[in-house]
Amino acid sequence: MNIIVLMKMVPDVVEPLEIAEDGKNLDKEAIRMMASESSEHALEQALILKDSVGAEVTVAAIEAPELDDALFSASAKGAVRVIKITPEQDGLRADISASVLKEFIKQECGSPGSDTLIFTGSQAIDDLQGELGPTLAEQLGLPFIGVVTSIKPVEGEEGKVTAIKEYSGGLRGEYEVALPAVVGIQAAEQPSRYVPFAKIRAAMKSGSIESTEITPEVEGRGVEIARMYVPEVTGRAEMIEGDPETVAARLIEIFKQNGILG
Amino acid sequence: MNGGILVLAEQLKGEPTGVAFEMLGVGRTIADELGVQLEAVVIGGEGDEIASGLGAADKVLKVDMGDDQMPVSDTVVSILDQVSDKRSPALILIGCTNVSQGIGTRLAERRGLAHLNFCTKVNIEDGRPVFTSQLFGGKIFADATLPEDKGVVSIYPGAFPAEAGKSEKTPEVEKIDVEVPESPVVFKRFIEPEIGDVDITGYDVLVSVGRGIQNPDNIELAEELAAAMGGAVSASRPVIDQGWLPLTRQVGKSGMNVKPKLYLALGISGAPEHQEGMKNASMIVAVNTDDKAPIFDISHYGTTIDLFDLVEVLKDKLEEAKGT
Ligand SMILES: Cc1cc2nc3c(=O)[nH]c(=O)nc-3n(C[C@H](O)[C@H](O)[C@H](O)COP(=O)(O)OP(=O)(O)OC[C@H]3O[C@@H](n4cnc5c(N)ncnc54)[C@H](O)[C@@H]3O)c2cc1C
Ligand SMILES: Nc1ncnc2c1ncn2[C@@H]1O[C@H](COP(=O)(O)O)[C@@H](O)[C@H]1O
Repeated sequence: MNIIVLMKMVPDVVEPLEIAEDGKNLDKEAIRMMASESSEHALEQALILKDSVGAEVTVAAIEAPELDDALFSASAKGAVRVIKITPEQDGLRADISASVLKEFIKQECGSPGSDTLIFTGSQAIDDLQGELGPTLAEQLGLPFIGVVTSIKPVEGEEGKVTAIKEYSGGLRGEYEVALPAVVGIQAAEQPSRYVPFAKIRAAMKSGSIESTEITPEVEGRGVEIARMYVPEVTGRAEMIEGDPETVAARLIEIFKQNGILG
Repeated sequence: MNGGILVLAEQLKGEPTGVAFEMLGVGRTIADELGVQLEAVVIGGEGDEIASGLGAADKVLKVDMGDDQMPVSDTVVSILDQVSDKRSPALILIGCTNVSQGIGTRLAERRGLAHLNFCTKVNIEDGRPVFTSQLFGGKIFADATLPEDKGVVSIYPGAFPAEAGKSEKTPEVEKIDVEVPESPVVFKRFIEPEIGDVDITGYDVLVSVGRGIQNPDNIELAEELAAAMGGAVSASRPVIDQGWLPLTRQVGKSGMNVKPKLYLALGISGAPEHQEGMKNASMIVAVNTDDKAPIFDISHYGTTIDLFDLVEVLKDKLEEAKGT
């Protein structure tokens, strides 16, 4: 099996986010980038398949700040190839990213065969416009299934996998997918593997990141952003201040008043 | 706006979902303000039962699917594309849910339209709909318009009142013939949630832990606190994805919808996907060191004390109070 994992860098929301002067973007100086959580899950799911049934795992991403670290880490975890697509693009829309990644996939595999799976993360926290997986599937003319939490080959049937998709309330659905296909991974079957720093350093030393240049075709059908802002706190919560003793005492008082503690 | 509004009446297991009515409600408001038609598309489903419940729409367009229990997203895209050819809507509303994920964006790509995600508010300004979306786990909002007010918008579930989309009226139903293509993705079966462990929907008190709990050993702290309150421990997604608690404990979009008397959130940021499953709790108390965490917007009480400083003290005081 041949698995291409597409990885996206997104701002780390643990850090405070600030708005740029134009009022329409995040302030890039103030953010720290990290690999989108669901892309990490996509990589893990690909590596799980590599370990269980054998797969060639390639990781590709459009250039972004701190991308190299994510790619070295992917390489240390077991991706055979890690590829960076230049140049960096500012605030890409899903349809434009998809056109770049479509070109990349054409370069890599011509037209993807029945041994090929393209994994994306399910949905990133910054995609105001479009979602990459289904958009890429449309551009490549491939099937798509998203919010997937498990992928296994169908026994005895080449080129078919069983995918489990989440709905809501813990309800899930089982699907059979004929390859090639684009799959949006929500969570891998297991938590992401730990990789010791020594291995990452080894990957860095071997200089394993490949690079390829693809210029996007931009067509004008994006939304018009009027403004981006940090929402005003509606102040619904009554904040309880003080040391742990004081806060705990006040909470118990509140619980009692509201009939929560007998 | 040049054209009407089309709503995909989302279904799960043969029932319309909450977001279907939320979209009809907000669609009705926009349609009335701008003087355009509101139409709902129903794909498959038993008889006309679902269609007849969608009286908030001016018209219901019904597409028959044979006995397909769960049309896959690519199939729905193809159907909506054909329906749109016949009706030329300006605005197409799709649920921003796991069930409908991927439909809106693929449909937009096929029809050369703009697509807007995570919409939680709509205002009409100077005769144009302005959409507000929640990004970055609810920490940033964006206001945007669609080019020529045309496009596909994914509506965030729980953001609009479902009641506004419910009506006693019997809608006009029109059967629409479309070609239903074969898909390489085939639905096999539903997998029901396993409630072998603890049914968190049945508790009055939930002590819910998020990524702030840091490691699996600390879950014990929450267990002890929950025990002192006669409650159970639930969690946000990262805790479940790490394998620290079973899937049955997950609250939120993909997990359980809970309405306890008390939801005590420890180290949970309050991302929209988490809020979806708990914002209707009678009382929400949040413990989070980040005073800008979105969870405080939906909480009744909050504190920015470190959860590790608070939990033990709170547990001891609760036990003391019980003892006296
Ligand atoms: C399709 C889809 C479905 C999803 N379904 C769900 C779902 O069902 N349920 C769900 O929960 N999420 C779901 N998510 C994920 C969701 O978007 C968030 O990523 C998740 O809810 C974040 O969990 P968290 O709040 O525990 O972690 P974080 O967002 O990382 O927040 C941790 C918080 O802990 C606080 N903290 C850290 N240390 C301490 C301390 N010592 N004391 C006090 N506070 C501390 C931090 O300030 C921070 O606010 C879904 C996402 C997608 C895309
Ligand atoms: N610029 C990009 N480069 C590589 N992969 C991407 C890019 N943008 C999105 N993706 C993939 O698509 C997933 C969902 O992102 P999004 O569509 O932005 O919500 C990510 O987790 C990645 O797997």
